[in-house]
Amino acid sequence: MKKRKIHFSLIYQAILLILMYVPIVVVIVYSFNASKHTTIWAGWTLDWYRKLAKNRSLLEALKNSIVLACLSSGAAGIIGTLGAVGMARIGGKSKGVIEYISMVPIMIPEIILGMVFMAFFAMLSLPFGMLTLVLGHTTFCVPYVFMMVKSSLVGIDKSLGEAAKDLGATEIRAFFTITLPLITPAVISGMLLAFAMSLDDVVISIFVTGAKTNTLPIRIYTQLKSGVTPEINALCTLMLAATFVLVVLSQWLGSVQRKR
Amino acid sequence: MAKKKRNRWWITVAPLYVFTIFFVALPLLYLLVLSFMTRAQTWGVVNEFTLDNYLRIGKPVYLNTFRESFQLAVLTTISTLLIGYPFGYFMARLSKKAKGRMMLLVVIPFWTSALMRMYGWIIIFRSKGILDKVLMGLGITASPLKLLYSYPAVLVGMVYSLLPFMILSVYSSTDKMDWSLVEAARDLGATKWRAFLTVTLKMTLPGILSGIVLVFIPSMGLFFIADILGGGKVMLVGNLIQNQLQSGRDWPFAAALSVVLMIFTSIMIWIYRRAAGVRELEGLL
Repeated sequence: MKKRKIHFSLIYQAILLILMYVPIVVVIVYSFNASKHTTIWAGWTLDWYRKLAKNRSLLEALKNSIVLACLSSGAAGIIGTLGAVGMARIGGKSKGVIEYISMVPIMIPEIILGMVFMAFFAMLSLPFGMLTLVLGHTTFCVPYVFMMVKSSLVGIDKSLGEAAKDLGATEIRAFFTITLPLITPAVISGMLLAFAMSLDDVVISIFVTGAKTNTLPIRIYTQLKSGVTPEINALCTLMLAATFVLVVLSQWLGSVQRKR
Repeated sequence: MAKKKRNRWWITVAPLYVFTIFFVALPLLYLLVLSFMTRAQTWGVVNEFTLDNYLRIGKPVYLNTFRESFQLAVLTTISTLLIGYPFGYFMARLSKKAKGRMMLLVVIPFWTSALMRMYGWIIIFRSKGILDKVLMGLGITASPLKLLYSYPAVLVGMVYSLLPFMILSVYSSTDKMDWSLVEAARDLGATKWRAFLTVTLKMTLPGILSGIVLVFIPSMGLFFIADILGGGKVMLVGNLIQNQLQSGRDWPFAAALSVVLMIFTSIMIWIYRRAAGVRELEGLL
């Protein structure tokens, strides 16, 4: 009886996992398709990767996306980490309110955030482009870092810091030698998550980007609506490989932290 | 002395405070203000107070969009719950090592570009695409199904994109569960199903609820899935807002729609908090 249940659960999980991966595998396989059309299979080729390497505008969009993700996850790393560490050490009524508001960007439908920024930046007459993209992305990157760091701080033994202080370390020194090394994995995995979210974002980017600045998701989105060339498949495949490395890295960091 | 110490830490939260106030709170306030302003004749906004934007939402065309969005969101949420719950539950019952691996397998698609995955579905659903070829090859259907640009395609896209939220929520609450309670129920003579219904289901309720919130909220606004897989045939609140912003150029009306959607979302979160009695969404990360 028990054995049968285990079998059922494994089969269920396997089927669902296959369904989860089918669309991804399809995109990868068709990046090697010699035909331009996805309804025809014309044999294997690496042509699309070669064409991709020569496609200036697509590579430009990729570069923009990476720069954007680096800047916004970096800014979020600083703001979120300092914020979470400080929040644990201060009192006051404003704390809860600010914490709640800072979480709003990931609690409301993305499109609202996109529209809010578009209207707000237009009112401030900021030039739409990389600046507005970074500002917009940073707002939804901060909560990821903040939450990761906050929850890792809960697990840290407070007496460690106190012991350091008793031994004569200043508060700042105790922070840099004790707390910071302990929360580093959380900071990095929060930033990786933020990086991935920024790299993938299409909704907010569409609203806050300028006419001249394309990010990769925006390019893909417009192509999906008009017509896709398999170069996009090739690019997606390469990005998938990059994502895979990121996920494994963040999971590994997570497990390092849990072991501690 | 104590006060001085505290002040020093205030410096570290300053960036968060400033950033949150300037780039989250103020923009949201501006949205509210904008929703009461008047649209200019050609381009932009006039500083004139009006309630028209909200009254317009009451028109049958727009109410209908809200109703349709709501229906699709409910349908998406129910489907993810039915599909995701068993998965999350089974996942929590795996050995520790298998859990880690399974987590990785669930998270990877979640981290890959959402657009890439939608593109995969396009290739599959497209007329004479992969699905049609398989079904026709097996002799199940005689002609292409024309699934792309239809309601079912949008539903599949939504469920597919949001499923990991449900799985991870259910998983995290099942994983924390005290199994001795289930054993106690079994010892007291409850059948397997009864123990599940009376004990397990109740104890995993926080996970179910947070899964519902995490799926429901984005599904009201995911306009690009309806756009790509629905081909303009399925109109959601998100699409309506996007249209008003980009082709209609009616920002105040888009703002009013956003405010209504946001109120709706807040009510959902409020109900969730009351029901689950917790502040944070379980398994959000």
